[in-house]
Amino acid sequence: MSLEIEQEIRDNILCIRLSGELDHHSAEDLKNRASTAIVKHNIRHIILNLEELSFMDSSGLGVVMGRYKQIKQNHGEMIVCAISPPVKRLFEMSGLLKIVKLELSEENALQKLGVA
Amino acid sequence: MKNVMNLQFSALSQNESFARVAVAAFIAQLDPTMDELTEIKTVVSEVVTNSIIHGYENDPEGMVYISVSIDDSTVELTIRDEGVGILDVEEARQPLFTTKPDLERSGMGFTIMENFMDEISIISHTGEGTIIRLKKQLTKSNAFCN
Repeated sequence: MSLEIEQEIRDNILCIRLSGELDHHSAEDLKNRASTAIVKHNIRHIILNLEELSFMDSSGLGVVMGRYKQIKQNHGEMIVCAISPPVKRLFEMSGLLKIVKLELSEENALQKLGVA
Repeated sequence: MKNVMNLQFSALSQNESFARVAVAAFIAQLDPTMDELTEIKTVVSEVVTNSIIHGYENDPEGMVYISVSIDDSTVELTIRDEGVGILDVEEARQPLFTTKPDLERSGMGFTIMENFMDEISIISHTGEGTIIRLKKQLTKSNAFCN
């Protein structure tokens, strides 16, 4: 099982929907696609939808941290939706939980950012 | 009764998924909880990724060796590589420490292993390789308590 990445841009918000497994093997692709979109579309905020993500390890944490740093330069925010308990534990261990915001759904996240 | 499974494969990133799924499939006979299975899969992924990226520095000629032993409700994992070894094991174990920040490594691998397993031992010699032994006691399944 590999990783499927779906990206949608709305104003200055990049919505990333992940489905499958995010590990070292698939992390590179996510890094390239997301960081290209951030630069190209002058992205300020990221909504990361993990509803369909079945597995993640520390390589995934690395990519998420990398994108967080990227948008932080534009004073943006990262909102993670539909996080599963195992992934939440990884976020907790790494300190990511303190710097990203959690929402139940993409809709809630968009509302939080003043869109929709 | 002790039951052992051995696996060896090329140090290729596409084998990370195979490794964790194979170990999980072997352990499934102990009827672990979903959480325990996820924890073990994550740990296998961490160790194998370390061997590939750090041990063999992405040289696909390298081989990763996994041995899993289950006995009653105890799982023992031994994951070995013949790569470059770890220069300073104590430093490597520190949360967020990484020798490859440019590759966006989070430095959380060993922290995850320590959190998800009960025991960990790391034997590493530079130029020879690394052996990581991990142990986890699974919670007893309720299936037998009718």
